[in-house]
Amino acid sequence: MIKRPKPERFRLRRTMMFMNAQRPGLIKDAYIYGSDSIMLDLEDAVAENQKDAARFSLYHALTTIDYGSTEVIVRINGLDTPHWQEDIRVCVAGGADGIRIAKCESADNVKTIDAALTEAEKEFGVEVGRTLIIAALESPKGILNAYEICCASERLFGVAISGGDFRRCMQTKFDPSGIDMLAARGQMLLAARAAGIQCFDTVFTDLDDDEGFEAELRQIKAMGFDGKSIINPKQIRPVHELLAPTQKEVQQAEAMVNAFREAAAAGIGVFTVNGKMVDVAHIPGAERTLKLAKACGMYEGDLV
Amino acid sequence: MKNAVGRDIPDFLLENGKEVYQGKNYMDGKYMQKVGPRTRRYETPQESKLVDTIADALRQCGAKDGMTFSFHHHLRDGDFVVNMVMKAAIDELGLKDLTIAASSLGSAHDPIADYIEQGKVIGIQTSGIRGRMGQVVSEGKLKTPAIIRSHGGRPRAIEAGEVHIDIAFVGASTSDCVGNSRGIGGKSNCGALGYAMTDAKYADHVVVITDCLVDFPNMPASIEAIDVDAVVVVDSIGNPKKIASAAARISQNPRELMMAEDVVKVIASTPYFKDGFSFQTGAGGPSLAANLFLEKYIDERGIKMGWAIGGITRPMVELLKKGKVGKVIDVQDFDLDAVNSINQTPNHFEMSASQYANPANKGAFVNKLDFVVLAALEIDTGFNVNVLTGSDGVLRGAPGGHPDTAAGSKVCVIVTPLVRGRMATVCEHVVTVTTPGDCVDVLVTDYGIAVNPLRPDLIECLDKAGIPHVTIESLKEKAYSIVGRPDDVQFEDKVVAILEARDGTILDVVRQIKPFTL
Amino acid sequence: MEILKSATAGTLESSDALVTVEPGEGIELELSSSVINQYGRQIRATILETLDRLQVQNARVTVVDKGALDCTLKARVECAVFRSCGKSASNIPWGGVIR
Repeated sequence: MIKRPKPERFRLRRTMMFMNAQRPGLIKDAYIYGSDSIMLDLEDAVAENQKDAARFSLYHALTTIDYGSTEVIVRINGLDTPHWQEDIRVCVAGGADGIRIAKCESADNVKTIDAALTEAEKEFGVEVGRTLIIAALESPKGILNAYEICCASERLFGVAISGGDFRRCMQTKFDPSGIDMLAARGQMLLAARAAGIQCFDTVFTDLDDDEGFEAELRQIKAMGFDGKSIINPKQIRPVHELLAPTQKEVQQAEAMVNAFREAAAAGIGVFTVNGKMVDVAHIPGAERTLKLAKACGMYEGDLV
Repeated sequence: MKNAVGRDIPDFLLENGKEVYQGKNYMDGKYMQKVGPRTRRYETPQESKLVDTIADALRQCGAKDGMTFSFHHHLRDGDFVVNMVMKAAIDELGLKDLTIAASSLGSAHDPIADYIEQGKVIGIQTSGIRGRMGQVVSEGKLKTPAIIRSHGGRPRAIEAGEVHIDIAFVGASTSDCVGNSRGIGGKSNCGALGYAMTDAKYADHVVVITDCLVDFPNMPASIEAIDVDAVVVVDSIGNPKKIASAAARISQNPRELMMAEDVVKVIASTPYFKDGFSFQTGAGGPSLAANLFLEKYIDERGIKMGWAIGGITRPMVELLKKGKVGKVIDVQDFDLDAVNSINQTPNHFEMSASQYANPANKGAFVNKLDFVVLAALEIDTGFNVNVLTGSDGVLRGAPGGHPDTAAGSKVCVIVTPLVRGRMATVCEHVVTVTTPGDCVDVLVTDYGIAVNPLRPDLIECLDKAGIPHVTIESLKEKAYSIVGRPDDVQFEDKVVAILEARDGTILDVVRQIKPFTL
Repeated sequence: MEILKSATAGTLESSDALVTVEPGEGIELELSSSVINQYGRQIRATILETLDRLQVQNARVTVVDKGALDCTLKARVECAVFRSCGKSASNIPWGGVIR
């Protein structure tokens, strides 16, 4: 049986790729494409009468297939279904890194899942708190409650918006400008950053519209998203390329971290880069840039 | 006797100077005697060579028991010609003990399986064999072992007289009344007729079968009237939908695209990737997709491809039209775009199979090839490739130009997923060796790249370009860790097919399948 | 477990298997596979081991395999057996007999 290392709450998650947990041919090696996380889906992708079969497949996939450093998250069925408790049991028993709550609308939703995870972790002898949570906000109510949701659990590493359901609720549809989701994206980002967790954008479904996809990526990068849910491996590269820092940003960050460490080692509180004084508050950001650069193959140093 | 790829070749096959495979370019520098056909003189001027039926043409050419009839496969899965001719010969003329020597055979020829079972057809010589015919041959129902040759090995064998063609049947999209024939201009267009050219020159008799008679002279002719005895007009030589597929679409399969890009990265890392380079690719998904990425790299480097050969499909025609390839020389066309382009687009030319790939002439195109990208059903840790037998040991594939281009090119890249369903593509021993490992240079899979240790120069290229690569053994182990270690396929002793290397030595044999019981 | 009624799990898609279990006397296995020559022995062993682990002693089992990996075969056999007992929806012994 594959023993996965303890999941890291805050790690690089530029791409989270959805895969139907019921399709053996798909999930057997979904990691080869290089997405940061894969999202095995027990919810929408699995027909109502195949939920049980999907769990058996999922259990053996989780315990047999070596996904390496790719994070493995499972999207479980909603709290309004008869499936979610068993979904949680199989995820914990199989050793999934995290679960995604569909249609999350309140802090109570998160707490219900948190408690069920704790119970399952005890049942299966798994370290309590090991299994992470990401909450998907799919309704206006979820967006309005974003901050309480973001603060609801120590397991919660991030929130994601789900565009399909949200647009339906809002009586709008996809708009290339992003105006259809602008307020929701903004509100969710504010909440996530205020709570100190990550924030992920919805899927882009038109696989033939490369330009539209890139435009959306530019927008969410500018807004400050950590990553994006994707539905096809061909979307991985554009996301990773567009979310990568620029060469200049990497050099700047490296210089800052170097100067900071030298100054700290010498016991000096104030330091400069290129003659300009640098605020210590910029250092975590610079370190984040270097980590991202390393993941993108742009930085090979050992500062991070 | 064991050959250079470790295959045990039964002694009874090694008569009359036949040798086992000794390694690449073993025959280099040796002399061969070409044979001439015995052909009829037509001194009295003829208005026309038209005869009414295929049966009439057979009679005119003196068809009798025990003869060898040759065919080309330009009509691919749409071909009606093989079945029409064999039906006339066997059902109308009552002939038996016939041998079919075709450049390839496919599932369009399922009815021939009946003639094999009835013992009317006793020999098959071909590059490809599939469908019911592959099944019955694998079951040991053909009287003599089938002989499988590459596209280059076939004209070599014909020129050397190892296969003597009594009557060559040339399905032609257009012909005039004396037999000047082309692959374009009619309702069943196939483009190039490269595989029929050697047949027409070396057969005792040549019969052209067409469904579109055109005015004399049908020029430029691929098959010349000076070699043709008779012309038969039939309703249809094939199903156009299956002759040339609609334009081959570039794969959208992310796995194939990922591998295709890796292929091109490998190519671009070598010193041969420079202005004027030459290239061939197969028609499989990842191979075709390589064209797409190749264009990107060509543009980035500001270079052009000098020439391409093939098996031509739309992506290459498009590169030609955009001026990114100097010349396209073509033995066969796979899709409508290629068919419509040959001899119409400037710098798109036709060539014979001998000119394309024959190892025994004075230098075929494949010998000047920089890169070839090919697929595989299986590849083993000795880089030997199988493109002929399935995992159940049944004949269902075609070496085609695979062994020729692999041997002739400077860099031969095999691209294949590591596993297909539960089949390990990278394995310990391929079921049948169709391309020897000493001709294969790089393997690209979805789980990593491996370079043949015979090519330290290429290993250095990849290292310099920062392209990660692993040993082929580790890929095999990865494959087995996913699908499990396969049991060996069980065979009877009887040899049902002989796999000839392109130089005429014996590379492997295929034996009769054993019914599987648990 | 006792096979109470006929049940199936899986599909005929590539890389999957369709498993049917029915009440029977002893274990009767009917197996067909697209990779029977190279993996038939292992597929049979996996199916029989799984049935044994689930303590199924009497069943007629039909497996149409389309190149499924062992982990898929196990999942399909287990699901079919649990369905035949009406116990596939909840409280599955993950990590117990399911392993």
